[in-house]
Amino acid sequence: MKPPPFGYHGPATLGEALDVLAETGPGGKVLAGGQSLIPLLNMRLAAPAHIIDVNRVPGLDGIEARPSGVRVGALARHAAVERSPEAAAAQPLLRQALRLVAHPVIRNRGTVVGSLVHADPAAEMPAVLALLGGSVRLASRGGEREVPAAEFFTGPMESALRPGELAVSAFFPALPGRSGTAFHEVARRHGDYAVAGVAAAVTLDEDFRIAAARVACVSVGPVPVVVDVTAACGPRPAASADWAAVAGAVRDRIEPEGDIHATADYRRHLTGVLAARALRDAASAARGEES
Amino acid sequence: MNETRHHVTLTVNGVVREATVPGRRLLSDCLRHDLGLTGTHVGCEHGVCGACTVLLDGEPVRSCLTLAVTVDGHEITTVEGLARDGELSPVQRAFTECHALQCGFCTPGFLCTVTAFLRDNPAPTEEEALEAVAGNLCRCTGYQNILKAVHRAAELQAEEDR
Amino acid sequence: MTTKLFGEPVRRREDARLITGQGRYLDDLGAGALAAAFVRSPHAHARILDIDVSAALDVEGLVAIYTWEDLPGALAEPLPLLIPHPALTHGRTAYPLAREIVRHVGEPVVMVVARDRYLAEDACALIRVDYEILKPVVGIEEAVRGVHLVHEDVPGNVGAHLVQEVPGPGGLTAREAIEAAPHTLEFRLDVERSACTPLEGKGVYARWDADDGSLRVYSSTQTSTSVRMAIAAKLGLPLPKVEVIAPDVGGGFGVKIVHPWPEEILVPWAARLLNREVKWTEDRREHFVSSSHERGQVQHVRVGFDDDGRVLGLEVEILHDHGAYTPYGIIVPIITSTQLLGPYKVGAYRVEFSSIYTNTVQVTPYRGAGRPQGVFCMERTMDRIAAHLGRDRTEVRAANFIQPDEFPYDQGMTFQDGRPLIYDSGDYPEALRMLKELIGWDSFPEIKARAAAEGRRVGIGVGCYVEGTGVGPYEGGHVQVTSDGRVHVSTGLTSQGQGHETVFAQIAATELGVPIEKVSVVTGDTRRFGYAVGTFASRAAVMSGNAIALACRKVREKALRIAAEALEADPRDLEITDGMVHVAGVPSASIPLATVAVLSNPLRYAFDEEAKRATQFAGPASDDRPPVAEGEEPGLEGRDYYSPVRSTFAAGMHAAIVETDPDTAEIRILRYAVVHDCGRLINPMIVEGQIHGGVAQGVGGALYEKMVYDEHGQLLNASFMDFLMPYATEVPRIETAHLETPSPLNPLGIKGAGEAGVIPVSAVIASAVEDAEGITIARMPISPSDLHHLRLER
Repeated sequence: MKPPPFGYHGPATLGEALDVLAETGPGGKVLAGGQSLIPLLNMRLAAPAHIIDVNRVPGLDGIEARPSGVRVGALARHAAVERSPEAAAAQPLLRQALRLVAHPVIRNRGTVVGSLVHADPAAEMPAVLALLGGSVRLASRGGEREVPAAEFFTGPMESALRPGELAVSAFFPALPGRSGTAFHEVARRHGDYAVAGVAAAVTLDEDFRIAAARVACVSVGPVPVVVDVTAACGPRPAASADWAAVAGAVRDRIEPEGDIHATADYRRHLTGVLAARALRDAASAARGEES
Repeated sequence: MNETRHHVTLTVNGVVREATVPGRRLLSDCLRHDLGLTGTHVGCEHGVCGACTVLLDGEPVRSCLTLAVTVDGHEITTVEGLARDGELSPVQRAFTECHALQCGFCTPGFLCTVTAFLRDNPAPTEEEALEAVAGNLCRCTGYQNILKAVHRAAELQAEEDR
Repeated sequence: MTTKLFGEPVRRREDARLITGQGRYLDDLGAGALAAAFVRSPHAHARILDIDVSAALDVEGLVAIYTWEDLPGALAEPLPLLIPHPALTHGRTAYPLAREIVRHVGEPVVMVVARDRYLAEDACALIRVDYEILKPVVGIEEAVRGVHLVHEDVPGNVGAHLVQEVPGPGGLTAREAIEAAPHTLEFRLDVERSACTPLEGKGVYARWDADDGSLRVYSSTQTSTSVRMAIAAKLGLPLPKVEVIAPDVGGGFGVKIVHPWPEEILVPWAARLLNREVKWTEDRREHFVSSSHERGQVQHVRVGFDDDGRVLGLEVEILHDHGAYTPYGIIVPIITSTQLLGPYKVGAYRVEFSSIYTNTVQVTPYRGAGRPQGVFCMERTMDRIAAHLGRDRTEVRAANFIQPDEFPYDQGMTFQDGRPLIYDSGDYPEALRMLKELIGWDSFPEIKARAAAEGRRVGIGVGCYVEGTGVGPYEGGHVQVTSDGRVHVSTGLTSQGQGHETVFAQIAATELGVPIEKVSVVTGDTRRFGYAVGTFASRAAVMSGNAIALACRKVREKALRIAAEALEADPRDLEITDGMVHVAGVPSASIPLATVAVLSNPLRYAFDEEAKRATQFAGPASDDRPPVAEGEEPGLEGRDYYSPVRSTFAAGMHAAIVETDPDTAEIRILRYAVVHDCGRLINPMIVEGQIHGGVAQGVGGALYEKMVYDEHGQLLNASFMDFLMPYATEVPRIETAHLETPSPLNPLGIKGAGEAGVIPVSAVIASAVEDAEGITIARMPISPSDLHHLRLER
């Protein structure tokens, strides 16, 4: 299990990186954390002609937390985002989700943006971006564009990233006041890709009734499946919400497939259970309670 | 068909080492076969087992998921660098005291992981210790004595620092 | 024996090198050796039409490409069938490189040798093999239908068929006994495939010495002596010209007892042909598709029993999935069908198994070697009897136990060593009493009720087993005391992490009365000891432990004789303490063992100060006796062998408490308790470690691990991503208690411990999940998805 040969490029600036990407076109593949790419290379399931290693490009490892949200640079490692108190304060779902991404050692090297670009429907970070309605900034020699999550994930392991483009950052918006989030998943082993998982965001009104509720589900569709369950929840306090009905609404919206770890039916059932749990916790968090 | 080779300089266990490698050379292979440091083991080459874990600028990473050329200019610590002046580190001592290894193949990865963990968290709870070693596979020990060793190492480290 | 180390938790002597990165595993050797890689079949069943290597020839650093056509002489023949058996009427083994037909994904077709592994894999990727795809046979039931054949000349895909029948009291057959019984039950059980998966794969490194015409081979094996003989035979080399060494081995668990693997003969062959060092290091994907698996069985059970749950008759029919080949014979189903009986008397017993070929990786022993399936069968049966009668599950077991005063107990069958299945010793009622106390069996109903009140589901389960350990034919030990007082111990069998260097040193230090620091142990090196069988079947401590003890006793006797002469004392009055031979009670009348070693070897030449004492003018000598007396040999050394009349029988009982999530169907083990009896303990720390590791593997087999083949014979989870070996987060803390019933069969009174932990785990977890859920469990492993569907079917 050794990688196939490839042309190696280690650009020292963003400009250089974009130049190489332009030159190599579809044959070029960006290497950042490598925690998904290098296993594919080692198994020779991917054989790009060129690897553009951006690890030496300065300025890409930023984590900017503002009241409006968190912008995460292409070289910001999972662990750095997970540890950032500012990022956790601006968007708590980031830390809640990152704790579920593989194992700590993988998070030391893997990047948040890399995980988005990898676009694995079983992964946590695409679901977080989709739930929050975030976006990914793509740069190329021709300029930059900001692609919203809803358009970014186009299929399993497929994104809107075009040849010649580099995902330079991603933006995870903050939620309004009286909002809470949670991430629940079931994996076969701790740290594995989830059999099913649900990220939830709940916003309460002034009377602590549910004003908005959304979930994003992993491993149950080609891309993260976002379901708005505000109507199913009804404008009620969380304590009197009909969680079984809400779970049912989520189950109706997903199209899971079976694999060697779980049947489609079990995934559907489990997603409903996790949606109810995540929404309940998110609602508690929105009320300022510990979940 | 001749591959382009790249010159890399790594500081491994405090010693500056140089190698000339193709771009695709994995750090694990570079350490083992170019630099002769065979203490770092390769158990799966897809990042799951953790046997190849080394410290990159102090942080544990999978050397099988890292290209040698990517870490040109950086500092690496391997299992060979854990003992200081011939004295076993607290983590190493705890592993032998608690019988935390059998065949020993996965052990270097555990030792590196735990060394960094206890540096950042010198008095871990049971849950934290479990999470710290939960990304490394061992087929021999059932992990019970490894977890015991993490706590024992914390004790030994605390004694040393006193 | 004053330097008592036997029985002490002595720290391991292996560790110093292993925790500092100084171990020497296979791939750590041979820097600069050429690397081998293999083109392996992507199809489960196909005919090779053409192999085109032309595109690979341009690969930089390519040295050689070999196919079956290149193999000379015996190398071109099928690999040996290691354990023939009359019932294995249609045994089949693979060729080292496929000849015409491939029978599983991963079968080696082309061997490539290149400057390094990267380049060898590049060349492999460029070799084109044209296949005509044949119909694959996947799954036991599909194979049994026999519509398509794995081997054209094996009708019905049945490789072996064996019936063993033990009549009950009054000569009743099992069928008669069941029909006459007050209660009968009939059901089917399924166990899925798993595999050993040591963290280090296999590997071979060969050096040909052209000047000397000799070959040195390092292999990550569980039997270096037998690999050596296989290589000599296959390569036509004189045995003394081949040496095989098992270096540090990163785990075995059974898979490395199989030999010669294709690579074990191809790599040495290429090394000799090329006159270059060649090394092959198996990668993880190769290990999944081209080593071995185990466990897959379907069992049909009929049992008859009385109102107390006493079994009167038992009939078991086993379909054993053997994969594509049978290099290790039918050892696994034989063990299943004999060890199934466990600690019980079952009245009349009939067991029949068919060993079935499928187009999947071959099946050979994995730690436990057929026992986990047998125990699963018997323990599920016990639980069903208990459920049927509404009795406590431990009561039903106790009603069937062999009693302590019934040993030796003859089960009336033939065991895997071809010898009678006679249990040597044990105390099963006491083991069960200890287990119930340890887990709190009797108070569990209250715990369960409390949990239920909180909306939680918990369950308790139990499982018992008896394990034949220490099978023959023999092992040997050599012990030499050199003139510096050091003790050099060697034995032929190999080590894969069991701590042999420590326990054998404990035995030698205890027997010889020397500090353990003076003892060094070498295993698995044919240069040091050429006669051995190997490390498997929990046999190393029993076999080599006793052989080394016997060799030590020879050395001790000789040392006392020489010392007695020097001290002018009666050997019967002498003791050895801390490396000094002295008259009991008179410490001043003493002589160091080192000096005894010097005196044991009459010298002409003094090579150091000590040696002067043994030279011809050093002192008065008897003129009428040759310097080396008749019947004596120079040197203070001894060699002895231990060859048991039959196996020892260790036993154990496990219990677990599990919790199942009412919504997600996740299964969590809350507690796991083990009572274990392996006879006298040499090193309790090491025995506990073996149990922990075994239980962890058992947990893997019960809840996580299986080999998933699709209908085309593709292994869908050939990686650590999808083959779910447990991490620390999946393994419970294991509580242990030891019972010691010494074996009367060997001088040290020991049994074996290596496999114990893994054996009953699937049975125990099934029992506990069943108790938590009230759902009958008949198939393992069980995942949350599986449990969810069982709940729906309820």
